[in-house]
This record gives sequence, structure tokens and C-alpha cells, in this order.
Amino acid sequence: METFKLKIDDRQINAGGGDTVLQAALKAGIYIPNLCYDPRLAPYGGCRMCIVEIEGTRGFPAACTTRASDGMVVKTYGPQLDRLRLDTLELLLSDHPTDCLTCPGNQRCELQKVASFLGYNQRSLKPRKSDHPIDDSNPFFNLDRNYCVLCARCVRTCDEVTGINAIELINRGDESRVSTFAGSRLAESECRSCGECMVSCPVGAIHAKNSPVATEETATICPYCGVGCGIYLGTRQGKIVSVRGNEASPSNRGSLCVKGRFGINEFVHHSERLKSPRVKKEGGFESAEWEEALRIAGDKLSGYKPEEVAVIASAKATNEDNYVLQKFTRAVLGTNNIDHCARL
Amino acid sequence: MGLNSLRKESIHEWNEVLNPSRPQIFVGMSTCGEASGVVAVNKAIQDGLEEHGIDAVVNKTGCLGICYCEPLVDIIKPGKPRISYRSVEKTNVSGLLKDYILDDNPRPDLALGAWGQEFKGIPDLFELDFMKFQVRIALRNAGVINPENFSHYLARGGYQGFEKALDMDPEEIIAEIEKAGLRGRGGAGFPTGMKWKLCRKSRNFPKYLICNADEGDPGAFMDRSLLESDPHSVLEGMLIGAYAIGCSRGFIYIRAEYPLAIKRLKIALEHMKRHHLLGENILGSGFSFDIEIREGAGAFVCGEETALMKSIEGQRGTPYSRPPFPAQAGLWGKPTNINNVETWANVPVILEKGAGWFNRHGTEKSKGTKTFALAGKVNNTGLIEVPMGMTLEKIVYAIGGGVCDGKELKAVQTGGPAGGCLPLAKLGLTVDYESLAEAGSIMGSGGMIVLDEDDSMLETARYFLAFIQEESCGKCVPCRTGTRQMLAILDTFIKGRGKPQDIETLLSLGDSIKKTSLCGLGQAAPNPVLTTINYFRGEYEKGINPKLLRAKAHQ
Ligand SMILES: Cc1cc2nc3c(=O)[nH]c(=O)nc-3n(C[C@H](O)[C@H](O)[C@H](O)COP(=O)(O)O)c2cc1C
Ligand code: SF4
Ligand code: SF4
Ligand code: SF4
Ligand code: FES
Repeated sequence: METFKLKIDDRQINAGGGDTVLQAALKAGIYIPNLCYDPRLAPYGGCRMCIVEIEGTRGFPAACTTRASDGMVVKTYGPQLDRLRLDTLELLLSDHPTDCLTCPGNQRCELQKVASFLGYNQRSLKPRKSDHPIDDSNPFFNLDRNYCVLCARCVRTCDEVTGINAIELINRGDESRVSTFAGSRLAESECRSCGECMVSCPVGAIHAKNSPVATEETATICPYCGVGCGIYLGTRQGKIVSVRGNEASPSNRGSLCVKGRFGINEFVHHSERLKSPRVKKEGGFESAEWEEALRIAGDKLSGYKPEEVAVIASAKATNEDNYVLQKFTRAVLGTNNIDHCARL
Repeated sequence: MGLNSLRKESIHEWNEVLNPSRPQIFVGMSTCGEASGVVAVNKAIQDGLEEHGIDAVVNKTGCLGICYCEPLVDIIKPGKPRISYRSVEKTNVSGLLKDYILDDNPRPDLALGAWGQEFKGIPDLFELDFMKFQVRIALRNAGVINPENFSHYLARGGYQGFEKALDMDPEEIIAEIEKAGLRGRGGAGFPTGMKWKLCRKSRNFPKYLICNADEGDPGAFMDRSLLESDPHSVLEGMLIGAYAIGCSRGFIYIRAEYPLAIKRLKIALEHMKRHHLLGENILGSGFSFDIEIREGAGAFVCGEETALMKSIEGQRGTPYSRPPFPAQAGLWGKPTNINNVETWANVPVILEKGAGWFNRHGTEKSKGTKTFALAGKVNNTGLIEVPMGMTLEKIVYAIGGGVCDGKELKAVQTGGPAGGCLPLAKLGLTVDYESLAEAGSIMGSGGMIVLDEDDSMLETARYFLAFIQEESCGKCVPCRTGTRQMLAILDTFIKGRGKPQDIETLLSLGDSIKKTSLCGLGQAAPNPVLTTINYFRGEYEKGINPKLLRAKAHQ
């Protein structure tokens, strides 16, 4: 990759071919306030928080929609920039509730981060009351439009990352809002409940229904299917309370499906979860050790002719496990009777 | 495979109109005419001809721009000049037909003017104040020919520019447009030749061409009138541009609220197809090009070029940041050249008559002419085309006939919703891109509204700001929320409850919105408020809550 140098706030920075000014700055540890930027999405330029000054360029371009280039000289702060950003923030907050403590986005909110970075400390414009009903039809997350900053990250994620396009912005101007097709509730829409939009939402507008804050995180692999998405399991008091996609994992780059994102804690801690093999004895199942279970299975299988046996593989197993299983079926059991469930 | 023989026939046909063997009647049938009752007049003409047993040809024509005299009907009798009759009503049609066509009384009482000469007490149309200061280049055929008749366009020099272009190198054509100094008429005044050159340079194919006919400014109707009156002038311009740049597909993005313009464009496109001016291997030159009409759903922001392209692609019409410019990556990521209706209409004439002829008109930096929709409290309202550099004063007083009812002029609003209000003191200003911008307004697409002493500047600013606020796409914060906040503050002044410090709030908020908005809509949104504060601060001060003023005095 071609690399070059540019100057941001008097620091020499290295940047790569496709980097925007915002990306180059963030990589170098220089924070520029931003809200509608998500590294997974195409540049948007809606929130106008990331405006900068660039030598030789008129006005105040947005860092997230401006390509970095060799020799560029960028300023990210200054009296004029600070004032303009505060005005924009002030406008944004005049459309936003201020009950941060009771907001599900509290402490994770990028708007709070921007506001504290800019030293916002008093409301001077008249706020607008909004009372959109909360869409709580989805089993895993709620959509509360009253907190929405219209950054369109959810909409763009559902398009650019998941390809589902379940949601879109409708209406115009300050009547704009996030909507499903024909305005149905999320549960009745095309939405697959993957929660990708929720992850991208910078504020509390799309929030998980039940999300205690984890005290510890462990990197692991999602147990649900052969894709093997990298995840972080968040735990608290010995229990899994959250799941987060691992952006560094090559198989999912942070994305997850509904099962991985919302289905792990429940089944891991479920009272009826199977934790050991079970063997049928005198009409009922009983827990057994692996050794015993395998011996019984082996003994019984030896009693059948190949054409009397069939094997069903599982999509929950890895590709490698499924490969071994079909090898075992064909080479050891001597039959082609192998199929798979192809669903979870 | 040229158009020569067809042109010869067309000239013949056109001469038969100008020096007819039987009377020719032209009825001004465009949307403005329709609004003033021309459909009923047209019917009355048919009835009248039958009633009196007159054998005459009835033609439609477009709009001469003389709105204050609509409906307009022209009559050409054998051996006589074309006479335009003003404010024709269905009740006086029969009498007029009988008096003039049968009894040879041209009825000077009903006439507006005779074309090119004084005639029996009827003044020369082009010597009327409204007409004599105009230079009609883009509007050269408007109200003259039948826009649905290809021969008429051809006979008046149509497609000569294009045929000339086909004999030139594309680079030569672009150089000619550059030399002419043509600048975009859609608002920003970007040099057209330079735009074409950028797009031509790109090695990415296919390339697209767009005619921007969205015309969303309230009160603006230049583009509609032009398309209704002379669609081929725009289409020929597009053809020349496509050939020069190397585009293979063109789009006309036109608002769906312009049904008559769409109908006439469709008819004109049919003519072009029939005469090998569209499709594969145009006129045997090896150059192929097609034009499609795309109807917009009536969002002002879709006139902004990036939003317009999104809309053509079938997406939500919201702007995005440039670069990349359309010339680099536009429609479907391909190089795209977009120009305004009026820009396109100027192109054929430049090719036909040469850059030197064109750039004789105008100022040092703003060449040629500009059309304006002159409206408001002015005696002669209408669509005018004047050389760049004419003063506002001349437009309002000489062409517009001054302010209605002898009132005092207070301000002239130019540039549409993104423009500004210029006070009496600025009337000496010349109308060109630079001067208007310096005074805090813009040329825009050509709205010009005259305000008199009774008009409130606050209400005027509110009208435009409210429009912009409704039309903001909502993508970026300053425009989406800022315009609403400004409007709310402005309303307190209108109600006489303004806070003294809020004049400053409006100024600083306006400044921020201009500097931080994503697209031209937001960047210009505060202009109506900022210019009225600048020039009419007193009216804002009158809107301050008197109690608050007293409280302040006590402090
Ligand atoms: C909010 C907004 C609305 C616009 N509307 C129009 C329009 O209706 N017609 C038009 O020709 N240009 C319009 N423009 C300008 C276009 O973006 C573009 O500059 C123009 O079509 C380029 O053509 P020109 O170079 O021939 O002027 C608009 C721009 C903005 C910012
Ligand atoms: S949960 Fe997934 S499918 Fe549903 S709206 Fe969000 S991103 Fe789209
Ligand atoms: S719901 Fe969240 S992600 Fe979607 S537009 Fe609103 S703030 Fe942005
Ligand atoms: S300035 Fe207004 S119209 Fe333009 S992108 Fe922003 S919100 Fe949309
Ligand atoms: S992060 Fe750049 S405009 Fe929102």
C-alpha cells in the first residue's frame, strides 16, 4: 500500500492510500469529534462534527469525507472551528433529550463524548419536544427515535454491511426518521434481528433490551456455527451478560448474526442445557461419561450393515468436524448415507 | 446524410407562415397562458373562424415572456406584419377576427405591438420598453415558433450549430465554449467549457450527460418556459455537449409538476429520432447518443447536482460531498456532465454564430445574457432576458415599468430562496455573478422580486427561510435543525417579541450554518435573514419586545 505524510495539528502523520483525513487522524491518536462516521461504512458527512481546516481548501471540509493526500496540512481545532462545532452540537442537542442518566446509551454514547470534549455546558436554544412511541416489537432491542441523531449509521449498516435493507430514512428535513418499509414495526418488517444497526448507533436510540454492563471480557469463538465468528463474551458475577463481535477476527470482522449476538447467554445458562452425553437406559436417558457413550455407540454401530445406517451432520459443527464425519461415514461405516441439517 | 434538404423545405414552410397566402394565427399556449385562460380563448378562436367562415391556420406558440399581457394571440395576414394582441378574452375574439381578418381593421385598441415595424397606430413590439432593452439569445425562439413543429426550429437556424460541431474536433468545440465565456445558468456560474473539459479528460466510460430541469425555486419559471417554448434549443445543446465530451447517454431531470414541458420534450425527442438526430450513428457521423426523461418528485434539493444524480439512480435524493465531482465520478460512479436548461440553450447559438458574437454581450467576467422571472410589485411582470451587467435599476424601471401604484421601491430580492434582498441604495448594482455575490445576494437561477414600501422585510425573509426549512433534506445537522431554530427566532421578531440579543444570535447562527452545511442549500439558507438584517436592521429592532428593551435600559 502506498503511504505518504501529512501534517495534522503540526504533527507529521503517515497515512495510507484510501485514508480519509479523519481516519488518518484517528490512527495517529488524534481525536476529531465525529458522530456519523463508522469505519465499516462509506463516508457520509452528515453530522458536521468533524469539520477541519485544510491549507489551500476553502471553508471547513468534513474530515470524514475528505481524502487525505500527500503533504496536506490540516488543523483540527482553533477558535473558529471550536465555535462552529459548538454551534452544531448546540443545534443537535436542541433536538435531543437530556436525561442521560436514565438513557440506555449512558456512558457508551458518542454524543456524550463529543459534548464533553467540546466543553458543552449550557443550553441556549429552545429544545424541541419529541414523543415518538418506542418500537419495542423486536425481542432483542428497542428503537427509540426520541434519542435519534439521524446519523443514518443504522440505515447504512443494514444496507452496506448486512445487505438486508430493512430500514431507511423517510420524510425530509427535521421530519426525517428511521423507518421500516411502509412504517411497520420492526418485528413485522424484513429485519433479521442481527443487531448490527444497534452496534453502530452512536447514541441510545437503538439499544439492547437487557444489557447489564460486563465487568470482564473474554475473547473466544461463537459456538453456534461453522463460520466461527470471533466474539468477546462479557461476564459479570460469573455469568455471561453480553456478546460483542471481534473486529480483528477475519471471519466476521466484528459482525454477528442474531444467534451469536443475542442467543448465547440464554442457552449457556439455561437450566435444561445438556452438559454431558446421555445414554438411553431402561426407557429413559441418563447422563454418562464420554468414554461410556462412545463405547455404546461403537458397539451398536458395529451391529448394523452399512446400508442400514444413516448419519446427519450438523451446521453447528465446524467445517473440519463435518469433513471428518463424512470421512468416517464413508470410509469407516462404508455408506454414502450422509446428510446435514443445514440450519440451526 | 445532413439536414440540408429538410432545412430547405422547412424554410419554405416557415416563409409560408411569415408571408402567408392565408391568415396565420398564433396562440400563446404555455402553462402561463393556460393559467390566464388561453384554452377558452383558443376554443373561441376556432368558433369565431367557423362563425365568420374564415379560412386561417391556427398555430400554437410558446411564451414571449410578457406575462402581464397574457393571453397573447398573434395574427399574420397576407402581406402584413405579425400583430400581437394582449389580454385577449374569449368574449372579444369573435369581434377581433371579424374586424381585422374580414374588415381589415387591425384594432389598435386591443393590440400590444406589431413585429418589427409600426403598423397603423400599433407600436413596434420590439420598441416597447419591456422588449427593447432585452437581448434574446436563449429565448430566441420563445413565443415565435410553434414548439411542436420541427420545421420551425430548423428554419430558424436550428441544428446548424450541431452540424457545424460535427465538422469540428471535440477539443475545438470546447475551446469555442470557453472562448465564449459561457457560465452555468443554474446558479453557481461555473465556467461551462472548463466543466466539459474536465469530463472529456476522464478515461472512464461510459460517460453521462444531464440537463438539470428541476427548477425548484419558488417563483422561478425560466426553464419551464424555455422548455415549453423551444425544447429543441436545449436538446441541440445537449447533443453538442455530448459529442464534445464523449457521452453516450443523456438524461433530462425534470420536475413532474411540468407536464406540458415534458409533453413537448417528448414530441421533440420523437422528431430527433425520426431525423437521425438521436440513437445510433447520428447523421451518419458515427456518434451515438440517446436522451431519456426522468421525472423528479418535487423536492427542491433534487436540483442540487449530487442529490439529482442519486435520484436518477433511484435512491433517496440527498446531496453528498464533492470531490469527487460529477465530472470525475457522477451517475453510477461514471464521469457525468451536468448543466442547466438555459446553459444548454445557449450552446447551439455559440456554435452557430461563434464565440465572438456571443461574448460581445455581457461584462468582463459574465458573458452573454441571463433570463429573469421579474415578479412582485412591478408594473410589467414577465420573463425577460437581458445582457449581463445591466443595472437593477434599468431592469426594474425601464423594463419593468417601475413599481405598481406609484409606490416607493424598498428592495429587490434576487437569487431565489438562497438569495438576498438588496435595498434601494443598491439599485445601481449591475447584474452579474460577481456584483450580486459581493452585495450578499446571488444570481441564482434568475428569480427577481420587487418589493415596495408596504412589504415587510421580516415577512419576506420568513417566506424564503420557511421554504428552505421545509425543503432541507435533513442529512446534515446545521441545515436540518439550524433553519428551524432561525425560523423560530425570526417568528419572535415578527410577533414583536424578539429578544434584543437575538439579532446577534441570528447572525452568528446564520454564519455557522453557512460555514458548516454540507451542500449549497444549507450554505445559502441563512442569506434571506442575513441580508435583511444587514440592510434593514431597523425592522428587526422594531420587532424587539418593548418590555425587554425597557428592562435593558434599567440595568
Ligand atoms: C439546493 C440547490 C438547488 C438547485 N437547484 C437547481 C435547479 O433547479 N436547476 C439547476 O439548473 N441547478 C440547480 N442547482 C445547481 C446545480 O447543483 C448545478 O450547479 C447546476 O445544475 C449546474 O449547471 P450549470 O453549470 O449549467 O449551472 C441547485 C443547487 C442547489 C445547491
Ligand atoms: S437488526 Fe440487522 S436486519 Fe434488522 S434493521 Fe438492524 S441491521 Fe437491519
Ligand atoms: S437510530 Fe441511531 S444509528 Fe440510526 S440514525 Fe438514529 S442515531 Fe443514527
Ligand atoms: S445542507 Fe441541507 S439540503 Fe444540503 S445536505 Fe445538509 S440538510 Fe441536506
Ligand atoms: S463524522 Fe464527519 S460529518 Fe459526521
